[in-house]
Amino acid sequence: MTTRIFSSGIRRREDPRLITGQASYTADIKLPGMTHAAILRSPHAHARIKSIDASAAAGRDGVVAVFTGADTEGALNGIPCAWQVPNSDVKAVDHPPIAKDVVRYVGDAVAVVVAESRYVAEDALEHVDVEYEPLSSVTDPKKATADGAPQLHEDAPGNQAFHWTVSGGDAGAAFSEADVVVKDRIVHQRLIPNAMEPRAAVAQWVGSTQDLTLWSTSQNPHIARFLMSVVTDLPEHRIRVIAQEVGGGFGSKIPFYADEAIIAFCAMRTGGPVKWVETRSENYQATIHGRDHIEEVELAATRDGKITGVRAAVWAGMGAYLSTASTGIPTILHGLMYAGPYDIPNVHGDVYGVFTNATPVDAYRGAGRPEATFLVERMVNLLADKLGMDPVELRRKNLIPAFENGHDVSTGLTYDSGDYEKALDMLMDSIAYQDLRRDQAAARSEGKHVGIGVTTYVEICGLGPSQVAGAVGFGGGLWESAIIRFHPTGKVNVMTGASPHGQGEETTFAQVVSHELGVDVDDIEVLHGDTDTSPMGWGTYGSRTTAVAGAAVALGARKLKEKGKAIAAHLLEAAVEDIEYDDGNFFVKGSPDQSKTIDDIALMANVAWNLPEGMEPGFESTTFYDPPNFAYPFGAHAAVVELDPDTGQISLTRYVAVDDCGTQINPMIIEGQVHGGVVQGAGPALWEGAVYDDGGQLITGSMMDYALPRADMVPEIETMSTDTPSPDHPLGVKGIGETGTIASTVTVYNAVMDALKPFGVDKLDMPLTPERVWRAIHHGNGS
Amino acid sequence: MKVPIEVTVNGRQYRHEVEPRLLLVDYLRDTLDLTGAKIGCDTSQCGSCTVEMNGTAMKSCTCLAVQADGSTITTIEGLAVDGLHPIQEAFWNKHGLQCGFCTPGMIMAAKELLRNNPSPSPDEVRHGLEGNICRCTGYTNIVKAVQEAAAVMGGAS
Ligand code: FES
Ligand code: FES
Repeated sequence: MTTRIFSSGIRRREDPRLITGQASYTADIKLPGMTHAAILRSPHAHARIKSIDASAAAGRDGVVAVFTGADTEGALNGIPCAWQVPNSDVKAVDHPPIAKDVVRYVGDAVAVVVAESRYVAEDALEHVDVEYEPLSSVTDPKKATADGAPQLHEDAPGNQAFHWTVSGGDAGAAFSEADVVVKDRIVHQRLIPNAMEPRAAVAQWVGSTQDLTLWSTSQNPHIARFLMSVVTDLPEHRIRVIAQEVGGGFGSKIPFYADEAIIAFCAMRTGGPVKWVETRSENYQATIHGRDHIEEVELAATRDGKITGVRAAVWAGMGAYLSTASTGIPTILHGLMYAGPYDIPNVHGDVYGVFTNATPVDAYRGAGRPEATFLVERMVNLLADKLGMDPVELRRKNLIPAFENGHDVSTGLTYDSGDYEKALDMLMDSIAYQDLRRDQAAARSEGKHVGIGVTTYVEICGLGPSQVAGAVGFGGGLWESAIIRFHPTGKVNVMTGASPHGQGEETTFAQVVSHELGVDVDDIEVLHGDTDTSPMGWGTYGSRTTAVAGAAVALGARKLKEKGKAIAAHLLEAAVEDIEYDDGNFFVKGSPDQSKTIDDIALMANVAWNLPEGMEPGFESTTFYDPPNFAYPFGAHAAVVELDPDTGQISLTRYVAVDDCGTQINPMIIEGQVHGGVVQGAGPALWEGAVYDDGGQLITGSMMDYALPRADMVPEIETMSTDTPSPDHPLGVKGIGETGTIASTVTVYNAVMDALKPFGVDKLDMPLTPERVWRAIHHGNGS
Repeated sequence: MKVPIEVTVNGRQYRHEVEPRLLLVDYLRDTLDLTGAKIGCDTSQCGSCTVEMNGTAMKSCTCLAVQADGSTITTIEGLAVDGLHPIQEAFWNKHGLQCGFCTPGMIMAAKELLRNNPSPSPDEVRHGLEGNICRCTGYTNIVKAVQEAAAVMGGAS
């Protein structure tokens, strides 16, 4: 009766509304009586606010209200950081939603205007008179820790937000006994996430009932509701957060932003619905950035290429305040991955979170793991150079051998399952590695410069077991939930607490339910993103939606299968042990004509005319799933680049990704995640970087100045996969949302460095722009 | 001061008095409630706002509503006439979208591309769409979608 659609790339159920322009994103919302807000932002990186006079702005035609920090003081609490990382000393500095005395980065909110139109609100911003006393500022995370550096927060001497360490084995001994040590200073530059939809919020306040509704571009509406309650003191059950259509997030829509509290405040004060939509330039200042590491790294090895230790000191720029999940990124999601896919027995890392006069940093696609993969894979290549070994051979020598059910790593993690060499073999075959190297040598002799980069990686995702979340200081759980509701006609709604925004789980989850219960996929509608109708959940990020919420859906379907068997047994007058299930049919063992369909069962359960004694009516399950472990997808990637030494221009000519995300539910969606992730990771290798000038002004302040990958800058991304099931997930699923980004930055970087070898260039900071590359070729290592 | 304009959008005539500084994209979205065209930037870089004006694709954030006076406009909402347009269908078939935010603009830009070059090579598709940014798909499936649409349309626009 059903089309078999599990492990099949069926078209997405979310697409018809998206390709016709009928989808409704937050910025598309229009409510009766709605007014529009614009936020005045600090033009200074660091300054004392001497005075604010909003009277001229407030008096303008069409302006409803102007609020400053003086108005929100006492009405809104500070914006909290939700991750108190252990083995560290996180400083919980105050983060007022609207700056009161001091602004600490270009983009810090200073006032908000509410007006009858956005145009009028923006005009009025120019009439808010703020007198600043500029203070000295610092945006470089290492310089910010130097003696005499400008200080951001009284409670954080030396601008240190925290110091966290990771240790396994005895790194000191490994380094003192090593035959070979390689060192490098790696700068993983600041990035701007650039979800194509800027953030937006619409707040509606009903005074008579004290109900707040917030439409928000959030990846995790339940977390937003919880933190809104913390910031406004409104009771959580009076707050409804709706993330309807969300136009990409990549981590930048995880945090609870001051802006959302400000817009809620505006609605509560003015009494009517208020809408705010970020401009792109505003997004560059006020939405979180990613990465921003300065790393000093060393790798120890024997002379025949066995890696014995890795050691790192990392200065991670946090920006001016600690954003929601910021502290967990350079620590738990980064430092615990210093062994990568290799058997490295000795690890030590010191991570210093540092306050700087810059936009706050938080999770950006891959979040900590692209930096960790970069760190390990860059060092492995340096070691290969030093030992005169082929970099792929060196990797092979150190990869953890295949394992099916748990492998303990020196950083304290237990990887779930893996066959890293299999992925590497597949990649080597696909790119014909030996031939490629021969061609490269031949091309070099003709003055053509090709570079090859190969990466093997493992990553940690599917966040995660809640006990571990608690143990590592995350201020919430990381389980997921699902409600599966059969209507009397056999049609199904699935409600998930996760909040997909492009990842396609409306389709994937329907495939899971269809697979488990034999319902046609078109008869299943997956709902998400509304705290009033979706069960509690922790959101979509960290490649966790299918890995965690998908498991809740699968287990929920299995509960219904059991209930269905009991009902079928009752109706067919058979023992429940004698009921078998196949593809939507419940039948008596040995007599398949004695059967009930899932539709029969759904109807009977809903009308409840004839159910087993004591059974509750309804055909609906609620399931909470807390994963026993993280998921550890892995793979091997290769990039080929061409270098034009006369211009420094790099062309990325080929990219091949072999990824293993366990069991695949919809391979088409999986490939799409890899395509997008790879290009997003290639961006920082070649083009992307947020740049501040010495005064803390964001030089890359618009899409004109920040170079995003466009269609003509990248090749077709080739994808392949192995599928090593997760031993922990009911369907064997791992996660795929971030692998591309995690592997591709260093893969492309290493390819370029490979092309630069004949020029004696062995050190260069990202992004590898034509100018940087040209300078390095002509003037030596120039970072 | 407001200026009267008259435009035909998706086959329907509209008359409005608008502020001279009102952007066409805001007129479409806020006045006509046609929110299919998206605003992804403020520097005419992203192409999310692409619509067709008098038969040619244009970024509706680069044009004032008053400049559109007398024109005929098609937005993403007007593309599906008898069922989906082949480009829409191809984006669906080939998974040429994820979050969907760039998609209306991307589809309108693809329509323009195919009008000028009915059977483009993958490279030509990439060059033709360089004015539209997608952060989700890495473009691989967008190129495949446009090529499928080209094959289906067989030279028609
Ligand atoms: S909104 Fe970006 S080009 Fe028009
Ligand atoms: S599909 Fe999300 S930006 Fe293109």
